[in-house]
Amino acid sequence: MVTNLLTDYWPILVLLLVSLGFAGIAMGGGLLLGPRRSSARKQEAYESGMRAIGPGTRQMPVRFYLVAVLFILFDIEVIFFLPWAVVFRQYYENGLGAFILLEMLVFIVILLVGYAYAWKKGALEWE
Amino acid sequence: MQPELIVFFVLGTVAVGSAIGMLLSRNAVYSALFLILNFATVAVFYLVLGAPFIAMVQVTVYAGAIMVLFLFVIMLLGAEHLERRTGADWQKPIAALLGVVLLVEAGYVLLSESVSLPGINVPAADYGAPVAIGELLFSEYLLPFEVTSVLLLAAMVGAIVITRRDAPRRKKR
Amino acid sequence: MPIISSTDLLAILPTAFVVVWACTLLLVDVFAGAGGKRLTPWLAALGLLAALVLSVRGGGLEQTAFNGMLEVDGFSHAINALVLGSGLLAVLLSVDYLRQHGIAKGEYYVMLLFSISGVMLMGAAADLIVVFLSIELLSIPLYILAAFAQPDPKSEEAGLKYFLLGAFAGAFLLYGVALVYGATASTRLSEITAAVAAGLENPIFLLLGAALILIGFGFKVAAAPFHMWTPDVYEGAPTPVTAFMAVGAKVGGFAALLRVFIVAFPSLGADLAPVLIGVVAATLIIGNVAAIAQNNIKRLLAYSSISHAGFILMAFVPYADDAVYRDTLAAALFYLLAFAVTSFGSWAVVMALEKAEGKGLELQDYAGLFRRHPGLAVAMFVFMLSFIGVPPTLGFAGKFYLFRAVLEGGYVGLAVLGVLTSLVSAYYYLRVVVVMFMQDGKPQAQASPLLNLATAVTAVGTVALFFFSQPLLDWAAGAFLRLF
Repeated sequence: MVTNLLTDYWPILVLLLVSLGFAGIAMGGGLLLGPRRSSARKQEAYESGMRAIGPGTRQMPVRFYLVAVLFILFDIEVIFFLPWAVVFRQYYENGLGAFILLEMLVFIVILLVGYAYAWKKGALEWE
Repeated sequence: MQPELIVFFVLGTVAVGSAIGMLLSRNAVYSALFLILNFATVAVFYLVLGAPFIAMVQVTVYAGAIMVLFLFVIMLLGAEHLERRTGADWQKPIAALLGVVLLVEAGYVLLSESVSLPGINVPAADYGAPVAIGELLFSEYLLPFEVTSVLLLAAMVGAIVITRRDAPRRKKR
Repeated sequence: MPIISSTDLLAILPTAFVVVWACTLLLVDVFAGAGGKRLTPWLAALGLLAALVLSVRGGGLEQTAFNGMLEVDGFSHAINALVLGSGLLAVLLSVDYLRQHGIAKGEYYVMLLFSISGVMLMGAAADLIVVFLSIELLSIPLYILAAFAQPDPKSEEAGLKYFLLGAFAGAFLLYGVALVYGATASTRLSEITAAVAAGLENPIFLLLGAALILIGFGFKVAAAPFHMWTPDVYEGAPTPVTAFMAVGAKVGGFAALLRVFIVAFPSLGADLAPVLIGVVAATLIIGNVAAIAQNNIKRLLAYSSISHAGFILMAFVPYADDAVYRDTLAAALFYLLAFAVTSFGSWAVVMALEKAEGKGLELQDYAGLFRRHPGLAVAMFVFMLSFIGVPPTLGFAGKFYLFRAVLEGGYVGLAVLGVLTSLVSAYYYLRVVVVMFMQDGKPQAQASPLLNLATAVTAVGTVALFFFSQPLLDWAAGAFLRLF
């Protein structure tokens, strides 16, 4: 399997190598060529050039968490679309187009209920 | 040595190493990063086993979404740095001892019974492809598929109920 | 390519109805005004009643549906009736309690309905994947409900504990399913049996898988040594949630346990028997002995519920015996019914005496109950008798049938242990009675008509149904699994 793994997924491998190489060149280049003059200001946490306000490890409000959970749930939902999309034509040609469409509709409608609820409840708002 | 074997041992070393690193690092953010490495390695395992769809899910859901959630929780609790003493130190040697006992027992049973796993039929090359999964998921496994959406709905409503306080909203001035 | 037919839809109709009703309820509740929201509990009750009618009307249906994912038979109908009835009682208990404690949100009933649909799915699940999904569908809403009184820290603790340990148990179950699949190349219960019969399975991995699945179910039914969560969660969760959890999760867990093991793993009976005996002994002893030390009524009932799981598991030990398993099944279903009625009744009394911020839950708060509220005290007396297993109560008949199944299986030692621990249990149940009838105190009960109705119905049911034990047992016995 490994051999066809290499042929099938070589773009990903190339991407991996390029990104690793880029990061290595950038960091290594800076390390080799750049001057090193440390000062107290430079030791602060990097905040896009602004002066840092407080430590970088403040607690975050629970709203982030809610958004992240909703993101995961819809993420999982979307995952199911992929195998559906790639077999849709096959089902359609077998005369089962309505069947598979209905199947996905039921799935989406159930989750749409959740979406409508989240929306109405204001879970998507950032008060 | 066969290429499969080499890949397996390299990946296995990385997977076990990153798992140990996750457990041992005192900084919870480092643990999370180790976990991402571990998830990525497992994804490659799935690829080697001929399950590209699962590999993709592993990367998008686990290494992507779930790890974001983990990092949020770490930030949320402000628990980046663990206390060295947790108050449950006496449990550690006992746990290690029991773990070793279990390992020895399992090894003994497996070796003494001389398990001969029947050689599995090598599945077709596209066995784990999205198309193959789609064919099964939307016909034979239709019911589990729909139940999953109900499960997601219940989780979604639950997450909102638990995190949102229905306090009277403050009016914007 | 298999495609579903209308009979498949008919088979899942009651369950699908509950799910659709829950979705509708969710939308109605969130879009309705304050006046409409008051209707939510009654709509939930209406939906459960309609599902019960649907389920009973389709009671004769026996078929395999969704390509073998579901097995609709007498057993699944019995589980449906049990859990829908429990759901109705739970709604009855919840309405006033939620209002008094300021947690009256419509989502409560939606979560309840989702959990119920999970149990219904579990009753018919004939594939380990469906078993796993339905156990999650049953549990996730319960985690939420346990934490429903947030920001009350006890309720939050209950929800978090239940969730973490439940997820852990779910992992055991899933790993067991994976190993069974590895050993037999199928997750379909019937195909697992077929693979075993054809000698295609790998015995070690099958046994390992079955053992891990047993751990997963053991957690759900709160059997020792997987019971640690029970007292804390039962104590911290809002009381009507606890009442439903005690019955709903047990019905679901035992439904899965009975069907999966009787259908798929009869070949492992001899191997698992020592493990099961150990679990039963531990559950009976820990449940009954630890209950003695409890002064909080919720914790006392939690340990009591652990011990009742032990009694049902006792009849489960000879599950692989062809001559006994029908009796096991009937006795277990009957006992679940007896436990459901008695348990809901006792929780209703607890709720009548409970006051805000967890006050009124100590045993001492029951002192003098007979003087002040003779009705409640007498009802509690009936429930305690039923828990001990004294005639004329349902509990007696239930224990009688359980012991009969155990003796038929030839496990005399277990039966003796069961009787001994029943005697121990009499001590702590009667302590409640003694406090209620013989000590002086000024207990204050809230007179809520719904609660009184639930208490009265269950108390009368506990006694009256005793006289119909035989027909009920026949009903339970009629609910045998379709064999393959």
